[in-house]
Amino acid sequence: MPELLQFLLSGITVGAVYALVALGFTIIYNASDVVNFAQGEFVMLGGMITFFAHAAGLPLPLAALIAIIATAAIGVALNKLAIEPARGAPVVSLIIITIGASIFIRGATQLIFDKQLHRFPAFSGDQPILIGGATILPQSLWVIAGALAIFFCLWLFFTRTLIGRAVLATANNRIAAQLVGINTNYVMTLSFAMSAAIGALAGVLVTPITLTGYDVGLALALKGFAAAMLGGMGNPKGALVGGLLLGVLEAMTAGYISSQYKDAAAFVVILAVLFAMPQGLFGRKSTDRV
Amino acid sequence: MRFSSKATTLLILIAVIAIAPVFFPSSYYFRVGSLIFVNGLAVTGLVVLIGYAGQISLGHAGFAGIGAYACALAPVHLGLHPALAAVFGAALSATIAFLVGRPILRLKGYYLAVASLGFGILVSMVLSNEARLTGGPDGMAVPELGLRGVLRTVGVDLSNTEFWYAFSGLVLVLGAWLALNLYHSPTGRALRALHGSEIAARTVGVDVAHYKLVAFVLSAVYASVSGSLLALQNKFITPDVAGFMHSIEMVTMTVLGGAGSVLGAILGAVILTTLPQVLTIFQEYEQLMLGLVMMLVMIFMRQGLLPSIARSVRGRGE
Amino acid sequence: MKFALTTTALALVLGIAAPAFADIRIGATLSETGPAAFLGDPEAKTLKMLVEEINAAGGVNGEKIELIVYDDGGDPNKARTFATRLVEDDEVVAVIGGTTTGTSMAIIPVFEDAEVPFISLAGAIEIIDPVKPYTFKTPHTDRMACAKIFEDMKKTGITKIGVISGSDGFGASMRKQCLEIIGEYGIEVLADETYGPTDADMTPQLTNIKGKEGIQAVLNPGFGQGPAIVTRNYAQLAVGLPLYQSHGVASDGFIELAGAEAAEGVRLPGTALLVAEILPENDPQRKVVTAYKEAYEKATGKPVSTFGGYAHDALRILVDAIVRAGSAEPSDIRDAIEATKGFVGTTGTVTMTAEDHLGLDLSAFRMLEIEKGGWKIVE
Repeated sequence: MPELLQFLLSGITVGAVYALVALGFTIIYNASDVVNFAQGEFVMLGGMITFFAHAAGLPLPLAALIAIIATAAIGVALNKLAIEPARGAPVVSLIIITIGASIFIRGATQLIFDKQLHRFPAFSGDQPILIGGATILPQSLWVIAGALAIFFCLWLFFTRTLIGRAVLATANNRIAAQLVGINTNYVMTLSFAMSAAIGALAGVLVTPITLTGYDVGLALALKGFAAAMLGGMGNPKGALVGGLLLGVLEAMTAGYISSQYKDAAAFVVILAVLFAMPQGLFGRKSTDRV
Repeated sequence: MRFSSKATTLLILIAVIAIAPVFFPSSYYFRVGSLIFVNGLAVTGLVVLIGYAGQISLGHAGFAGIGAYACALAPVHLGLHPALAAVFGAALSATIAFLVGRPILRLKGYYLAVASLGFGILVSMVLSNEARLTGGPDGMAVPELGLRGVLRTVGVDLSNTEFWYAFSGLVLVLGAWLALNLYHSPTGRALRALHGSEIAARTVGVDVAHYKLVAFVLSAVYASVSGSLLALQNKFITPDVAGFMHSIEMVTMTVLGGAGSVLGAILGAVILTTLPQVLTIFQEYEQLMLGLVMMLVMIFMRQGLLPSIARSVRGRGE
Repeated sequence: MKFALTTTALALVLGIAAPAFADIRIGATLSETGPAAFLGDPEAKTLKMLVEEINAAGGVNGEKIELIVYDDGGDPNKARTFATRLVEDDEVVAVIGGTTTGTSMAIIPVFEDAEVPFISLAGAIEIIDPVKPYTFKTPHTDRMACAKIFEDMKKTGITKIGVISGSDGFGASMRKQCLEIIGEYGIEVLADETYGPTDADMTPQLTNIKGKEGIQAVLNPGFGQGPAIVTRNYAQLAVGLPLYQSHGVASDGFIELAGAEAAEGVRLPGTALLVAEILPENDPQRKVVTAYKEAYEKATGKPVSTFGGYAHDALRILVDAIVRAGSAEPSDIRDAIEATKGFVGTTGTVTMTAEDHLGLDLSAFRMLEIEKGGWKIVE
């Protein structure tokens, strides 16, 4: 069944892209209960800055590094200028603030760079790798490896490091965290820097496959958001599984049912999962405080 | 609460709608005005959902899409008069909202956001994929409402933009009146109770699921009628009306102006409808400014513009 | 009270914002941002550049042109508002625009009601068929692009094809028009797949097409990143059949995005603009396209695209009409546009009549093939 294998490889490639974006959501969400709709713009910035730095003559790895650092700085600025002053605002206000931020970043990018689509070369060439009659591009392996590596690092971070636990503690109860001596402002800044850096890294990895342009962020953010919710927001495992599941689902629908309705199938499954498991596949149970 | 008082709100609304045209230098302003009213209507519905009941939806443009395409399709395929088609669209939206609402509204916060978002995307996908019926992404023509011709026979001769200004203004006043009545009704009190705390509301015997559903269905009808008005006014419709960005626009208007009050939310519609028109002087900086305004208002005026302004005015008075 | 104040303040702002009185006012509503920015951006840049050029050379009939451009973001509702604004508030004598079919169709009624000539830059045939008195357009219809492709297929003996199209406005509309006329060429569609405008991988669809017995070629109507990814996936899967792209990607940028290797051998119908340098010396379009290409690339530092060419032709036709009419009255301009004869633009030689508000024929399209990262004319 080379077709099935091809659909699967395609699904995993796309799914890894979604997972990378979804992983970026988890840290900020864990630290602050904010779903950052500007996460897609971090991915876009990663790709765009790398492209322009590369086009200006820098070697690709250096260009990528610059992009990641610059994007992390933008993430910190976003936290300091927009999220921190709005602490305690209701969910809907935070959604609008982060969407506002994403429109702002998009507007700035189109001014500073341009409105064209761009691509930089794949890291290890374009020669497809044959697997049992199906093919995969080497860049897809980079994306998959990147998603796995980030997942592993996040898992270590949240379970094995003091600062990672401080992030979780801050999310759980900000005041209690402050009482036990956690600098919650620092934790927030760090989470935004990390999320933005992960987003930018995702942008660097996926651009040779998906291409980049000033307005690719929104679509990526939506799919990444959906993937994260499917898996359960805040859980790196949820982000990884949710992303891959979404990608494979789309590819299978496109391959076997109808390419027109592949996005629809993805959302139908998300709705079905949420109806059965209102916290997503791996989400933490929460109870309301009265 | 000075600004939520029913009579004051309605009086302000009617007065502004009636007096504003005096200042209009050209009929383009009537067009902007009627767009404000159409958006204002959808936003009034969201006041019931977001402001009263405390629920969120990122998919209400889906209902606007249903209302809009009902006006385009029902006259052709079912032989309905365009006005009846709008009613048909509203009924269809209400039915769909009723069916979808029950499972969706069990979700909270971001989970509710993503589920409603998924619903909206499904609707817009059907509208743009079923090209044989809907004309696909390029859209389709919508028949004339015909009311302007009727008015002419009784001696009221309005230009197209003037007519739509008056007509959608009228519908908005009607919609605001209904929403304000609801606020002071037992249903409104129940909604506000569950907004405060679902668990507390449940313990005092409020059927939480039922009232959430009521708010959802009502807001869907508002969105649907607003979509219908837009379609009939433009006489042409594309799936953009059901798109994600339109949903976001609606929620932003509501929250920016002040989700807790009808007048506040309509102010949000005024600002976000006119902003792109004003921002044209900044050309490339338009997006930048729009994003900035959204962030600044939400950071510094958390309750939205109108309630924040009202509070500072009152604060100074005391 | 607060409302009245806001409204008056707004009226004031808008009043001040409205430009001072100028001689000839031409309006445009284009998709400079949004999903069709790819098309609208070069269109807006072209118009601004050309108006500057014309004014520097003394204007039209001794009067300067004032250009008012609005960005509708590809949203038909916004476009409608801007169209009303151009006609009612800015009081322009003619309008260029409607980057997409959706925005164009949404604003046509405004201009027909106000009797202001309108030149659309979108592809669908519905814009000018049936003919509306004040509506014109400069791009070839998508149907003509389909016809050009099918003619080429017929020539090479291809009778069974697979179609993979974008589900965006451009892709969906071209797919529809291709399927409407494909029968006339005796060509059969064995597989009909689509992809979303922001999709990252089209290998499942292409795998299905590849697996269909008897397919001899693949056609991909679409614009933006989709066709570039399709082309890359096509090479990845080693489908090995001729691949036809549409005029939607007729730009050097496409080769760059898809990669010269993957794009090798791709055929598409393009305008003379793309192959300005290799046009024969005696080609009537050579002078026009080289001049535009040089000026645009100098002014913007970006390669020209077919879409900018559409805007170029629209403005030139309009200015030509104003000169011939000797008047800037909308109805006079309309009559003069309709009488355009033998006008050489980037898309071809335009001759309009009362029954034809496009005035182009198939000969203006050139079948191009990508060879070693460049264009080759195959005819």
